[in-house]
Order: sequence, then structure tokens, then C-alpha cells
Amino acid sequence: MPETTIPANYLPIIIFLVIAFLFGTFTLFFGYLLRPSSPNTDKLAAYECGNPPFMDSRSKVFVRYYLVAVMFVLFDLEVVFLYPWAVVYRKLGLFALGEMLLFILILLFGYAYAWRKGALEWD
Amino acid sequence: MGEQLMVLVKLLWQYSVLQIVIVMSFTLMMVPLLTWAERKVIGHMQVRMGPMRVGFHGILQGIADGIKLLLKENIIPAGADRPIFILAPILSLVPALIAFSVIPFDSWFYITDINIAVLYVLAIASVGTYGIILAGWASNSSYALLGALRSAAQVISYELAIGMALVGPLMMAGTLSLVGITKAQAQGWFLPYQIVGFVVYYIAMLAETNRAPFDLPEAETELVAGFHVEYSGMRFAFFFIAEYANMMVVTAMATVMFLGGWNPPFQGFEAAHFLQKIPGIFWFFGKMFFLLFTFLWVRATFPRFRYDQLMKLGWKVLIPLALANIVMTGVILAIRG
Repeated sequence: MPETTIPANYLPIIIFLVIAFLFGTFTLFFGYLLRPSSPNTDKLAAYECGNPPFMDSRSKVFVRYYLVAVMFVLFDLEVVFLYPWAVVYRKLGLFALGEMLLFILILLFGYAYAWRKGALEWD
Repeated sequence: MGEQLMVLVKLLWQYSVLQIVIVMSFTLMMVPLLTWAERKVIGHMQVRMGPMRVGFHGILQGIADGIKLLLKENIIPAGADRPIFILAPILSLVPALIAFSVIPFDSWFYITDINIAVLYVLAIASVGTYGIILAGWASNSSYALLGALRSAAQVISYELAIGMALVGPLMMAGTLSLVGITKAQAQGWFLPYQIVGFVVYYIAMLAETNRAPFDLPEAETELVAGFHVEYSGMRFAFFFIAEYANMMVVTAMATVMFLGGWNPPFQGFEAAHFLQKIPGIFWFFGKMFFLLFTFLWVRATFPRFRYDQLMKLGWKVLIPLALANIVMTGVILAIRG
């Protein structure tokens, strides 16, 4: 075995990635050979239930989506911190419980703050 | 000749290529069957027949649809961002397929066993969101963009609940490897101890895969079809395959994390030991297919959520419940040692 930086267990995942990607591109190419193509102006217009689209759709969007994304990054990081703790929990015993209660308490504080400030509302 | 073939097969098995081909073909074969089952099951629940024409009781309906989609014209809208528009379906399909690489179907049948398998599945599932967002963005259609934003916000919100619900079983198993987690359940499933976690996970997995009653991104009456409204032909089919493959991934994860994976039920009872003689792969797929059936059952039963209700359920109910579950599991494990 040649020296690699990727453990051997991960090799099948990369093989699978390549196979799945090739499947995707090959199927699309195969369809390209078979399918008809006769575009015209009306066919290529954006679908708006029959009305001609009157503006570029990439305009302003509701700010709540941005807020959700920010909150997600915050809380998802906390979840990632919970994982290593969960794995070694049984080995560390009471010490781990105390540490984690503290961590979750801080998390809950931030959560309650977001709730109070109305970041979780959607109207 | 036969000997050489055996050597080749062994080599392919060793490098997991054979398993990859089997798992991928199986997944891609299951998609038309699942779409058929969905129409058939919901049809019968609504006292009608469902598809009947193509094959025995319409069983080839999904394959007929696939061939039709392959032969359909693919339209790229004039205002679309072409490279991203073409890339998005593949970006949606590939993660849905490769998430299977760590799922243990039986003690001897899995593609690979890595020590961060749970994190891997969660990470790969997140990559699928890029496909949705990019599809909506590249289409340059109001419906597609709105659907994509909704879908992305929904998926990331419920991903938190999924991530937290899985912490409970992880604490009990003490490993992130899915094979290890299944082995930790050889004496009993985690389900009875993690009933709250399972309920949170179940609701969140419906939302994560954009299924009814949380299928707002596709809400056909208001957004037509959501993020893939501008897609046609095989590109549309890729989104469809990805959705069904994702359904299989989340149900397989539920099977491994809560329902004991390949382990038979009632391990603790002497009378039920004959169940051990049935190969584990049947147990695994039995549980998985039952969960998939409940997906359809739920769709036929519940009306769709409103978007604010959906966000409220995810952020204000499921996340506190999952956190409480973590604390409870921690306390009980600390007491019982």
C-alpha cells in the first residue's frame, strides 16, 4: 500500500463519489443524444403562470431567511460540540455530566435571548 | 476462467466496488418502485385503484415515467445561469447516493465503516441543500427562488433537531460508527430509552426530506412546484430521484440509530431467539420499508402545515424537546453508570 494521507476506510467513499458523478453526467449525456430540442422564445421564458415575467426574480428577499441562516450556524456549531462529548460520555462519568449541563445552560441562555428578541417568530 | 472471475469478484469486494454497484443499483431501482408504491398506497387509502395500466397492477409505472423523462426535451430558460442550472441536479443527486456509503445493511454488508459515520451522513445531507438553493437561484424564476429559500430555511432548521435527536443514541452507544452503534444494540434496541429522541427525529426527518405534511417548498397550489419549476426531462428526474434516495437515507439512519439496524426485535426474550435465525438484512429492510410506508401513511393523513407553523414547530418545540432528551439521557446514564 502506498503512503496516503486519507485512511483506507475513506477510499470507498471517494470511489462511490466518482461512480455517482459519472452516473449523473452519463445519464444526462445519454438523454442529450435521445431527446428532441426545438427551443423558441415562449418556451424559454420563465414560468409565471402565463404572465410574461416583468422583472428579474433575483431581487430582495424576506430578511427572516437571513436570520434563520445565522441562527442555524450558531446552533449547529453547538451541536457539533455535543458530538465528541456524547461519544466519550460513558467513560467520563459525572464530570462530563456537569460540564455538559453548564454548556447546555449557556446554550439555553442564548436560545432564550433569541426567543425573547423575537428571532424565532415568523410573521 | 471461473477461477479468474472469482479472484476479480473478490478484489472488487475487497475494494468495496461491488458493494457500491449493488447499493447504487438497488437505490436507483427502488426509486421507481417507491413512486409506484406511493401512488398505489395513497390511491387505496383514498378508495381508488392508483396506477393499473403498465404491468401487473401498474408496477412498471415508475419505469415508464423514467423512460418518458429521459426522452423529454430539456428546457433551459433564457434568463437562467446555464452552468449552475446544469450542475444543480447533479449536486442534488450525488450526495443523496453517496450518503449510503456508511449505512450498514447487515453485519457483513456495508460499503465502508468509518469512525465518524454519523457526522458524515449529516454533512453529506447538508451538501444536498446546495443543489436546491442553486437550482432556485439559477432558474431566475420567482417561484423557483421562493421555493428554494423556503426549502433551505426548512431543511437547516430541522437539521438542528435531527442533529440533537441523534445525540441520545450516541451517548448510549459511545461511538459515531454506524456499525458500532448497531452492535451496541445487540442486547436491545435504543428505541424504548430514546422514545423522545425518536419522535423528534421522525418529525424532523419528514421535514428534512420536504415530505408531507411539511412539503411547503413544493406547495403546488401556491408555488407550482417550488425550486424545480423550471426543470424538465432528466434534470427534473434527478431532483425526484434525490428526494426518494434521501427518504431512504433518513429511514435507514432511523433504523440504525433507534431500531437496532440488522438486530431482530425482542432480543431479551428466550422465546424470541428463533428470530435470530432470520438474516439481519431482512430485519434491516423490514424496518426501513415500514418507516417508508409510514411516510406515505402520514402524507395521506395530515394536511399541510403553514410556513410560520412549520418554523415554530422546528425552533420552539423540537429543539427544546431534543435538548431535554439529551439532559435526561445524561442524567439517567450517570445514575445507572
